[in-house]
Amino acid sequence: MSATIETLEAMERPPVSMASRLQGELLEVSMGPQHPSTHGVFRMNVALEGEIVRKLKPVFGYLHRNHEKIGENTSYLGSMPYTDRLDYFCSMTNNWAYALSVEKLAGIEVPERAEYLRVILAELTRLQNHASLLGFLLSDMGAWGTPLMYAFREREKILDLFESLAGSRMMCDYMRFGGCRVDPSDEWLAQAKQIAERFPKFLDEFEDLILGNEIVIGRTQNVGKLSAELAVNAGITGPMLRACGVNYDIRKVDGYGFYPRFKFRIPLGEHGDTYDRLMMRALEMRESVQILKQAFAQVQPGPVMNPKAKIRAFRPPVGEAYGHIEAPKGELGFYLISDGSPNPYRYRVRPPSFINLTILEDMCLGHTVADVMVILGSVDIVMGEVDR
Amino acid sequence: MSQIDEQLRTELQRQGVWVTSMQDLYNWGRKNSIWPLQFGLACCAIEMIATAASRYDIARFGGEVFRPSPRQADLMIVAGTVTKKMAPQIVRLFNQMADPKYVIAMGACAISGGPFKQGYNVLKGIDRYIPVDVYIPGCPPRPEALLHAFMELQRKIDEQKLTGADKAEFLKPDQPSEFPVPRFGRHDLEPRANPNVFQPPVLER
Amino acid sequence: MGSFDFARDDSFFVMESLDQIKSRIEAAVPGAKIEIVQNGSPSQQRSLLIDNEHAVAIARFLRVDPALCLDFCSNVTGIDWLDRVVKKTTKVKTLVDGQEKEIVETTEEKIPGYLEAVYHLYSMTHKHGPVIVRMRTADRAEGTRLPSFTPIWRSAEFQEREIFDLYGIHFEGHPDLRRILMWDEFEDYPMRKDYREPDDYEWEPTPHDAVLEKAKQHYTPRPELDGAEAIVEPLKG
Repeated sequence: MSATIETLEAMERPPVSMASRLQGELLEVSMGPQHPSTHGVFRMNVALEGEIVRKLKPVFGYLHRNHEKIGENTSYLGSMPYTDRLDYFCSMTNNWAYALSVEKLAGIEVPERAEYLRVILAELTRLQNHASLLGFLLSDMGAWGTPLMYAFREREKILDLFESLAGSRMMCDYMRFGGCRVDPSDEWLAQAKQIAERFPKFLDEFEDLILGNEIVIGRTQNVGKLSAELAVNAGITGPMLRACGVNYDIRKVDGYGFYPRFKFRIPLGEHGDTYDRLMMRALEMRESVQILKQAFAQVQPGPVMNPKAKIRAFRPPVGEAYGHIEAPKGELGFYLISDGSPNPYRYRVRPPSFINLTILEDMCLGHTVADVMVILGSVDIVMGEVDR
Repeated sequence: MSQIDEQLRTELQRQGVWVTSMQDLYNWGRKNSIWPLQFGLACCAIEMIATAASRYDIARFGGEVFRPSPRQADLMIVAGTVTKKMAPQIVRLFNQMADPKYVIAMGACAISGGPFKQGYNVLKGIDRYIPVDVYIPGCPPRPEALLHAFMELQRKIDEQKLTGADKAEFLKPDQPSEFPVPRFGRHDLEPRANPNVFQPPVLER
Repeated sequence: MGSFDFARDDSFFVMESLDQIKSRIEAAVPGAKIEIVQNGSPSQQRSLLIDNEHAVAIARFLRVDPALCLDFCSNVTGIDWLDRVVKKTTKVKTLVDGQEKEIVETTEEKIPGYLEAVYHLYSMTHKHGPVIVRMRTADRAEGTRLPSFTPIWRSAEFQEREIFDLYGIHFEGHPDLRRILMWDEFEDYPMRKDYREPDDYEWEPTPHDAVLEKAKQHYTPRPELDGAEAIVEPLKG
């Protein structure tokens, strides 16, 4: 397979000199908000010279549903179900980020079993998010249907786990300040363990089928290159940042939860192109399976809720806190200001997908309009989080 | 269908002759090849994709051909929160669809604003601007619920008459096929609702 | 796929204390007025309140200084602080009728409102943080201005636009300051605490709390006559 990559890398991309190019005239195209590959209601205003993108301005707000304003008018606990609907692929990690921030704000301890459960659920979320992202990305590239079906087959297994634990497939609303809502049974853990252990089989199949594919390599390598300096300066986080070779993973840097107890590696890319971003997801899934295996071996019976934590009439002390975690899409943070009342005075979400779009224009300039979809797909956005 | 005796029909069917009416044949064809508009808004869109994926497989009901162009679509599944910024685009898309066209309001947000009803940028239900055929509650509704709504829509299509006084709405020449698109105002959408489509009930309390 | 490397370096530096940072900024940026904002919550995240005139110079120092190297601006957000009235009670000894008595005096201090922009800075090079920097506008009027940090941290670009959209802080030096989430014709700043959203609650089946108050405005009063009085003769079975 490596031979294929080298030959393709050696092959130069054909110089784009379209006959249809007008005399320096730019054609303005509005892509979205209804577009099959913009992952929701994202819109870009693109100025094209022939097929080449010369300017790109993202337009947001088509799913701005006032998450922060509602958060300021609701109690601390009342915002928990809303966090599910931020990044609706990863409700568990959203819950965790919010719970972590409130725990920082009020100084709440979390029992050991709950911490393990949080790691397990976050890593399962990462698995299903990355799997469906690869499916969507390939579907944007023209592999219509098949990869997405495979990815969704695996996703459904994990969603079944979530459903049997939390009661809902997507909107889990599972974590609480100071622990988790319900204690999973041993059968659930055994089932989850089995799914995690079988997951590499899917990955092998998927990588054989797709990642060595000549068309995939041709469409992704050297497309949408991003330099490490720009990525850091533009606040890019998550797999997108690591594809540029920057070693920054909050699981390692902050060591929140019980991540310091697990042995796992952080894959790093070299070129910062779309192929590297795609591969980061594939490699991260393997590391997530490693974390899951260790977590299932270490988790012990015990309480899942801190008995001292107050759920109703919860009033944290006056002050502020910023907590963040490594969500599948990047750094997800919550910034809370308490004025001592039951509602937060300020409730701010730091959305990774929104900030990762900052350099979309830089990545797309000079590429064809067909590549824009691939580059956007590799950023991994969810509009619920972009617009909130 | 009333012209032919039921007994005779079964007898003919046994002999290999299938007798039907134009209306039944037409509706049978229509209801089993509903092409939805491929367009998702929010969380519910993911459940819509899951419905189209292998496990739930909307292809069993003839609805797997998601068309990105409104010109080719029969059904608009409003899957997710409609914001005020998005509402004009949705009405415009609906106007661009060819008759007969149907709308499923999927999820609490599309019905009424749902959990985000308090939001300043959230439209309190898509039925303020366009007529809705089937509502599915849920946040998000499960894929089974979407399939159920799909079957309800099929039943509705099956019952539509092609001729006579009570023929289907889309066949009547005076029925509107396009609806006015709201404009962006300084504080809100203008108008806030289409009075020909949406009449809030008068509450006496 | 063999070309991918894994991170080998897990080390991180311990950041100096906020007081040290403050004194180093004051040494590096002459004339800078910096105040440490205390935080009463267990998170212990204190922040630096910097003055608007020297803000860009301070930000550049934080970004470039080799020991700090805060190259990653994670979170930018706005906060709206309304006018507040703080009541203070003080015991004052005064002479009343020649005798010394203690009198409790209540003084009201009016703190004018302001808009605030908060930046959470981290270092990806040294893997430390956060250093929290805040800036305050003079008042809450239209067209309040603050210097933009977008030329220093590109990640602030969309977030400052969002603050402009929702809070109405004008960031001077921002390359493309337009509304981002709401439409261009929109005039209000909806995240401000005194924003009143348009009343479109004509139809609310199960209202409660604040929504009930809104929904009540749309109710028509129950007619006094309910139709029963029209029945003159008792029905006979």
